[in-house]
Amino acid sequence: MQRIGVFVCHCGSNISATVDVEKVAQMSLLEPGVVHAEDYQYMCSEAGQARITEAVKEKKLTGIVVCSCSPRMHETTFRNAAERAGINPYMVEIANIREHCSWIHKNIEEGTEKAIILARAAIAKVTLNAPLKPGESRVTKRALVIGGGIAGIQTALDIAEAGYEVDIVEKTPSIGGRMSQLDKTFPTLDCSACILTPKMVEASAHDKINIYTYSEVDQVSGFVGDFTVDIRKKARSINMDKCTGCGVCSEKCPSKKISSEFNRGLGKRSAVYTPFAQAIPNVPVIDRENCIKFKTGKCGICEKVCQAGAVDYTQEDEIITEKYGAIVVATGFDTIKLDDFDEYAYNQSKDVITSLELERVMNAAGPTKGHLERLSDGKAPKNMVFIQCVGSRDVTCRGKVYCSKICCMYTAKHAMLIRDKYPDVNVTVFYIDVRTPGKNFDEFYRRAVEEYGVNYVKGQVGKVAPQANGQLLVQAVDLLDNKQILMEADMVVLATAIEPEAGVRKIATMLTASIDTNNFLTEAHPKLRPVESPTAGVFLSGVCQGPKDIPETVAQAGSAAVKAIGLLAKEKLMTNPCTAKSDELLCNGCSTCANVCPYGAITYEDREVNDHGIREVRRIAVVNNALCQGCGACTVTCPSGAMDLQGFSNRQIIAEVDAICR
Amino acid sequence: MSHGKSQTQKMKEITGVDPYKCMKCGKCSATCPLFNEMDIKPHQFVSYVLNEDIDALVNSKSLWKCLSCFACIERCPRNVKPGKLIDGARQLVVRQRGADYLTPEDIPERLDPELPQQLLVSAFRRYRR
Repeated sequence: MQRIGVFVCHCGSNISATVDVEKVAQMSLLEPGVVHAEDYQYMCSEAGQARITEAVKEKKLTGIVVCSCSPRMHETTFRNAAERAGINPYMVEIANIREHCSWIHKNIEEGTEKAIILARAAIAKVTLNAPLKPGESRVTKRALVIGGGIAGIQTALDIAEAGYEVDIVEKTPSIGGRMSQLDKTFPTLDCSACILTPKMVEASAHDKINIYTYSEVDQVSGFVGDFTVDIRKKARSINMDKCTGCGVCSEKCPSKKISSEFNRGLGKRSAVYTPFAQAIPNVPVIDRENCIKFKTGKCGICEKVCQAGAVDYTQEDEIITEKYGAIVVATGFDTIKLDDFDEYAYNQSKDVITSLELERVMNAAGPTKGHLERLSDGKAPKNMVFIQCVGSRDVTCRGKVYCSKICCMYTAKHAMLIRDKYPDVNVTVFYIDVRTPGKNFDEFYRRAVEEYGVNYVKGQVGKVAPQANGQLLVQAVDLLDNKQILMEADMVVLATAIEPEAGVRKIATMLTASIDTNNFLTEAHPKLRPVESPTAGVFLSGVCQGPKDIPETVAQAGSAAVKAIGLLAKEKLMTNPCTAKSDELLCNGCSTCANVCPYGAITYEDREVNDHGIREVRRIAVVNNALCQGCGACTVTCPSGAMDLQGFSNRQIIAEVDAICR
Repeated sequence: MSHGKSQTQKMKEITGVDPYKCMKCGKCSATCPLFNEMDIKPHQFVSYVLNEDIDALVNSKSLWKCLSCFACIERCPRNVKPGKLIDGARQLVVRQRGADYLTPEDIPERLDPELPQQLLVSAFRRYRR
């Protein structure tokens, strides 16, 4: 028989204001097995914990029930206290009489009654608890970073600086990401490439960092500390060891009319190409879909002109299998498609562009060599209209419900840069709200208005209509004036909503990392664990977790690196002992549990069992304790009741239910 | 105000519109082709419902100026759809007035099968006052 102690916490007045804590303690004493019960103002305090350890020694307790806040808060505290007192930490149960009781009830009598019942359930459960021991697993001292934008580069640099090997997997031919496409950065207006390229060079030169560009993650197995990842190195058709980066192949390539991804479709590139001048590695790839040699078998000019003999049409995709202790997701974002927003005429007029396209137009290496001009006729614009919140804060199926966060600031930046370089251009910004929290951010926006004369109008644009004379007729509203505005513009720039990069759902599925309805990866706790995925060993860096600007991304990238380093620094990991276990005599090997397991933790083996004297080989479910997260999905799905979750066995849960219903 | 409240309730029931979802972006008014003809502008319709001043809406010029083109309904990013409120206010008026100009039997003869049904319904509300 267990000897159980019940400890009821007042939590200041958080609990005691709505629950008669003394009565809860008294009533608990009537339960079978309970030999001690007391209440105290703060059980989590040192004095409170001392009461627990003393009671364990004095009353020779074997099980502890703490009636307090959610186990998410202080379960660890009380388990540690139990361990100090010499009993197994898994002999502690928490009855949550705060979040589940005092905070949601007003009436003391009802609150007290419920608290007594919750305590009773915890007592019933702890009666059936058995000591559990965490297992151990090893840690591979190597990290994988998925995505080679500023988030991935920063995370990789920080992990590498701590002395661990890091691999970056980037799907495009070069690292650099979205930041490499930007012209200037807010709020300091420094050139994006000037601050990014040194980091790119540093990452590629670092002896601890290994970069796989033009590569994707194909498959992930394993668990925290011991992931096995297949990386697909797509056939580049250029030998990276031989190529000198001279660029002659791109120059001579006859297939030159391919829309440039780097220039957001505003410029052209050849079939063999490096996306931009500062690309790392400075090794081109052959885009096989558009290469004449691959399409028709004729051509082969690049091979002929290459002095280094680096062109290799026979290259095939290569799969590299590597082990990692930690994985950081830094997959970034793209702008949403605007096909459903007919009213802005984006698909009808070349002079209606997204803000990311404007970045390319403003950039010296862009399609217009940095000259602000209309893409339809190359004329210098006189009137420019910026429209905010295009597809952001939109609850219809056309857009995204969230605020994209970066648009207010980059629009102020664009408006200011244009007014600075072309003072005769009128700039009008239509906004719903101007959101500029951040250091020196609001000052930046106010400068656009006060010093650069940007015309901010509170109201939205209803329609952009291309006119026969080449102008764009903008129909909008000024809500403060309560007037409708009709104005002609030469160019319209849309602050297009951002969304997570398209492949992220596939990656999240491979990692069993949770993802929200907007395809942003979910953090383990929105406030206290913002860079960790709920899946152990997986960390989040940059916009894959939620919209953010460059300073925030870099901060989060460093913080994700610290979490990864903290993991890699450990020799061994303690595993959660509350894992599933199958009863070999009950299991019929039906595979139902393996099908529902979200962590891929269940496999089958043929094992000889002794079923009441009958010896035979049976197919039995086996749980990998390092992979199992203890979710319990298998236990409820098992048709023969063979699966049980240690620490949350079917018997324990039924005992709790019985205690509540008594 | 009790009168106003019950009218507001009716309005919400008829239209199914939740005016609290409005983020006051003004896209409805920006998109409205009859904006300049209206005394109460489309975006203000939402505020009037929020302020439970339905009488003002019912007596407004806008109510019968609205073309029911549904541009505001189409483009509202928050599913508030002020056009529905205008339609709802018309229904309130119609319900108070009673009697129809057309009998249901007359309708089929005058019907052009090419017309969108939604337009027809709105047109009836608009022209039967």
